[in-house]
Amino acid sequence: MRREIPLLITGIVGVVFVIQYFIPHWPFNRMNAWFSDWFSIVQACAIWLGALNLIKISIQKIAKKKKDWIYSVVILVFFLLITILGFAEGEEFREPGTGFTWLYEFVYTPLSSTMFAILAFFVASASYRAFRARNLEATLLLAAAFFVMLGRVPIGDVISGFMPQGAQLSNLATWIMTFPQTAGQRAIMIGIALGIVSTSLRIILGIERSHLGGGD
Amino acid sequence: MYPIWFQKRPLFTVLSALTIFLLFFSVSAFAQDNSQIDTTIAVDTTLAEIRIVPPSSVEVSDVGNDAGGSIDIHWQLSPEDQNGGPVISYSVLRAESVDGTLGDFTEIGSVPAGASTYADGNTVDGLKYVYKVAATAASGAVFESGDSIPVSSSAQWFDMRRINVFVGVLLVAGFIVYYIRQAKAGKELFIRKIAGLDAVDEAVGRATEMGKKIFYVPGTQDMDNVQTIAGVTILGRVAEMAAQYETWLEVPVSRSLVLVTAKEMVKEAYSKAGRPDAYHEDQVHYLTDDQFGYAAGVDGMVVREKPATIFYMGAFYAESLILAETGNSIGAIQIAGTGMPSQLPFFVAACDYTLIGEELFAASAYLSREPKQLGSLKGQDMGKAVILIALIVGLLLETFGIWNFSTLFSVIE
Repeated sequence: MRREIPLLITGIVGVVFVIQYFIPHWPFNRMNAWFSDWFSIVQACAIWLGALNLIKISIQKIAKKKKDWIYSVVILVFFLLITILGFAEGEEFREPGTGFTWLYEFVYTPLSSTMFAILAFFVASASYRAFRARNLEATLLLAAAFFVMLGRVPIGDVISGFMPQGAQLSNLATWIMTFPQTAGQRAIMIGIALGIVSTSLRIILGIERSHLGGGD
Repeated sequence: MYPIWFQKRPLFTVLSALTIFLLFFSVSAFAQDNSQIDTTIAVDTTLAEIRIVPPSSVEVSDVGNDAGGSIDIHWQLSPEDQNGGPVISYSVLRAESVDGTLGDFTEIGSVPAGASTYADGNTVDGLKYVYKVAATAASGAVFESGDSIPVSSSAQWFDMRRINVFVGVLLVAGFIVYYIRQAKAGKELFIRKIAGLDAVDEAVGRATEMGKKIFYVPGTQDMDNVQTIAGVTILGRVAEMAAQYETWLEVPVSRSLVLVTAKEMVKEAYSKAGRPDAYHEDQVHYLTDDQFGYAAGVDGMVVREKPATIFYMGAFYAESLILAETGNSIGAIQIAGTGMPSQLPFFVAACDYTLIGEELFAASAYLSREPKQLGSLKGQDMGKAVILIALIVGLLLETFGIWNFSTLFSVIE
């Protein structure tokens, strides 16, 4: 029963989700919203599982003085600090001037932005590796990237200003993005869509059941 | 002292004077009456100038392919409805019709001049309604159309606009079910090699040889995303190999529901591999729901613990390159798989192997080598073949303008 009931629920919900797309009649037209609401409720309740797991792992690490345990102290301190502030400041905890807002604006947001900003450097290093002309494909990639990048900045048109309108770098970049790039991306999208159909069908039919807790 | 004629006929004189007075008064009164009549006529003339022809041909119909509760109303505009004309708006009036008896008309909405349609989205299915449309002039005068025929709304049991999707799903599902049956019957199915999946064994083996950890990152989305399900499914296979090789597998997750599923998955995989004792509760652990917080957490662990192998399987956004480049910087062998087209180039650039789109969904079946699962892969490939044929046929037909083939594939959201 431990496997059968989840399988049955998965199968029924899967079939309902498929047919509700084609049937506008009540109650099928409401099912998507109902299931989404239930998922949100389960998700909201489950957040405690994550939080408790984080606390448990961190405490264990500190207690056993495992390697890099000091980071667990930082996690615990800030976890407790922001939770306590959030509850202590009541319903207005997100108002300007509260401790919670201060932490959010002056600690969380800058840290988050910093992580995002690092992406620029990673793009540069990854591009350097990807664009090395080792073989035909990499050379084509390099050439396409060269034209697209140059065509996206004003200097591209200045350099190619003497050429016919269609051959100017900005137009060339637009052409590469509109045709070869879109065609390639659509091919991937079709594959993904078929993969999703296939995976969903395996799950609905109970052929793929390892996500219910391992085993086949 | 009186004039001679008054002295001779006094009564006649008084009566004559009275008659003349009365005559004069009557004429004056008549003249005054006439003047009032003339004024009235002038006012009527003004009204006639602003009188407008009401809208006509009010047609009503139930909105198709919907959940009911809606009726569309169309009408012919008033001829005076022109730019700068006297019509400023149209009011839509509705009355219920019960057993042929018409109730009172009430206004249910209005549209500005120039509009000839209105959608009444507040009807009771099965109840008949009669509509009329009134043009409102700038003076406030209202000119109503005739009544529409009675109409009622109803819900449909099939959205005919999605018939093409339905046929497509049936076709692909039919292929998949057919090949699953073929596989179950013992037929040998050819499945093309996927380099990224063949490398899983090698990647786990490398970590074992080096005595280092394996990191498995199942994306940053929740269990309602099919990519996360695919990622967690592959985790089961990887965990089984890790258990067999006795290599430490660490799974940092960013969603609570993924934590629960992944824990169960890894635990079962260790049991299946005959090593339930090797499983540790803290192998699968939660970091944070926050995208960049999670990326920072995983990056920190990668830099400190320097795993030999890292898997990225699931749905990723901007954090993909942050994670993959950090893994690359420590020299880990990296295998990624995602269905996010915008993140694929990043993984291709930073990882050793990348499962592109459909390969992520094929991974579980490919690694398990079960006939039923492989059958579904074959069915998926057949679906791809059908789409390829449709693309070629469509390309030819559209190029030569023979038929508007692409409309067959238009999808209503």
